[in-house]
Amino acid sequence: MKNVIEIEKLIVKYGNNIAIDDFTITVEEGIYLAILGPNGSGKSTLLKTILGLIQPTSGFIKIFGNSVDKVNPNLIGYVPQIKTLDKTFPALTIELVLSGLSKNWAFRSSKKDKMKALKILEQLDSIDIAHLHLSELSGGQLQKVYLARSLVRSPKILLLDEPATGVDFVCETNFNSILNDYAEQNTITILMVTHDWTSAYHHSTHILLMNNNLIYFGTKDNAFTDDNIKNTFSHLAHKHNVTFTLKEQ
Amino acid sequence: MIELLTSNFILYAYLAIILVGFSASYFGVFVVQRKLSFLGNGLAHAAFGGVALGILLDTQPIYVAIPFTILISLLITYFKEKSILSNDTLIGVFFSFAFALGIIFLSLKENYTTDAFSYLFGSILSINNTDIIILALMAGFSLFTFFKFWARWAYSTFDNELAVADRLPVRFDNYVLSLSLSLIIVISVKIIGIVLISSYLVLPAAIARLYSRTFFEMTILSIIIGMVSGLISIVLSVLIDLPTSAVIIVFQSLIFMTSLFIKKSQM
Ligand SMILES: Nc1ncnc2c1ncn2[C@@H]1O[C@H](COP(=O)(O)OP(=O)(O)OP(=O)(O)O)[C@@H](O)[C@H]1O
Ligand SMILES: [Mg+2]
Repeated sequence: MKNVIEIEKLIVKYGNNIAIDDFTITVEEGIYLAILGPNGSGKSTLLKTILGLIQPTSGFIKIFGNSVDKVNPNLIGYVPQIKTLDKTFPALTIELVLSGLSKNWAFRSSKKDKMKALKILEQLDSIDIAHLHLSELSGGQLQKVYLARSLVRSPKILLLDEPATGVDFVCETNFNSILNDYAEQNTITILMVTHDWTSAYHHSTHILLMNNNLIYFGTKDNAFTDDNIKNTFSHLAHKHNVTFTLKEQ
Repeated sequence: MIELLTSNFILYAYLAIILVGFSASYFGVFVVQRKLSFLGNGLAHAAFGGVALGILLDTQPIYVAIPFTILISLLITYFKEKSILSNDTLIGVFFSFAFALGIIFLSLKENYTTDAFSYLFGSILSINNTDIIILALMAGFSLFTFFKFWARWAYSTFDNELAVADRLPVRFDNYVLSLSLSLIIVISVKIIGIVLISSYLVLPAAIARLYSRTFFEMTILSIIIGMVSGLISIVLSVLIDLPTSAVIIVFQSLIFMTSLFIKKSQM
């Protein structure tokens, strides 16, 4: 198996706050990795560091043997964690998908690119929203558009940051089968941050548990031991011990 | 009346407003979508300081004003990265500073008759050949950035993170954008005034935004609105004998407010 992503002694800090504490992992081609951990455990930071959006404090990341800044962006599809889209920006669904191909905001696109974009929207059952304004979309529809945008460039690596947030159950099942289908037809390595442990277990091949430090990385069968789960949520468990008392007025 | 509307100085004014309208309304779409209108306003005031310094030093004001304005815009960017103060505060401080310096420079200049007031509204009806050449170069530069930078600027305006992930040189592009804005503003200030350039950077783009579904539509519409409203206003201002700059702003503002009202009642 080819090594797609190699992470060596990675430390990422924001000021004094350690988001990623000494990670060493090697991701092999073709795996579907679910990344799990509590809020603030560094999951998004990990994806962003792989993308080159955040510089490591120390350690290094290699993608297909190259350093992050030398990687061809066409190889990587990215679905960011849902955030407040700038709804004042005038843009259509199809334009956002096309940006995945042109890597800018082209004012004209070739017929071929348009066909590609429409085809991927069709596969995601979203063809009817192709010419809607982004501000007219629901949260779930928007997530699917971002997924379409990441897939349209036929990436070798797919980085998904909680892509199913806001997507309804039928769509989510659909979402996962799309990913699984896509993975069967293409050689693709998927890294998906999620809070849905059940669906992670069903659809992924590998699991990464983290809580700023690395707790578990490997095949899914050995992932969910009591110890691993306890360690992943250790500081949360601690916080849960706090008891609240109602003040009498 | 027809003679007046086709006399030489009016023809120059038409030409000037087309060139300024094109450049400022084009950059205006980025000013509006990136919420930079206060920066635009601040740079216009800073440019006044530069022009005044040029007058004090007895040179072509533009040669001094360009580096002066760019320096101020770099200072704002530099302190924004180094300090915990907001952009808004820094712009406010630097633009008052530069503007006040400008007033002092002009007052130090002996035998200078033009008052500071003429810089507020410019002097679009007294434009010469050199002015037109400089404005044409400016419009040419704007057109160049349309082909070279529009798609990149638009992408990082929409989502900075996606643009960085796709390896666009976003930091570099942002510097080019602020430098371009400084240039457009400083060149226009001498001719059309501080107030007019600030509103030109916001009003046409804001009107266009109300009628556009894509950013490209918005850009084209903004440019058209900027040029046409300028031309109509010059004719109007001559016919009813009112200050041109003020007529342009009032005219554009009225279009904006009417559009706002129409769009609101459609929702
Ligand atoms: N831009 C930033 N500046 C400073 N600190 C940050 C920044 N982004 C994240 N952090 C901090 O880094 C830590 C990890 O954040 P990160 O967003 O990676 O967590 P996460 O696992 O994705 O959480 P969530 O499940 O809530 O999305 C958190 O403590 C957070 O406060
Ligand atoms: Mg996150």
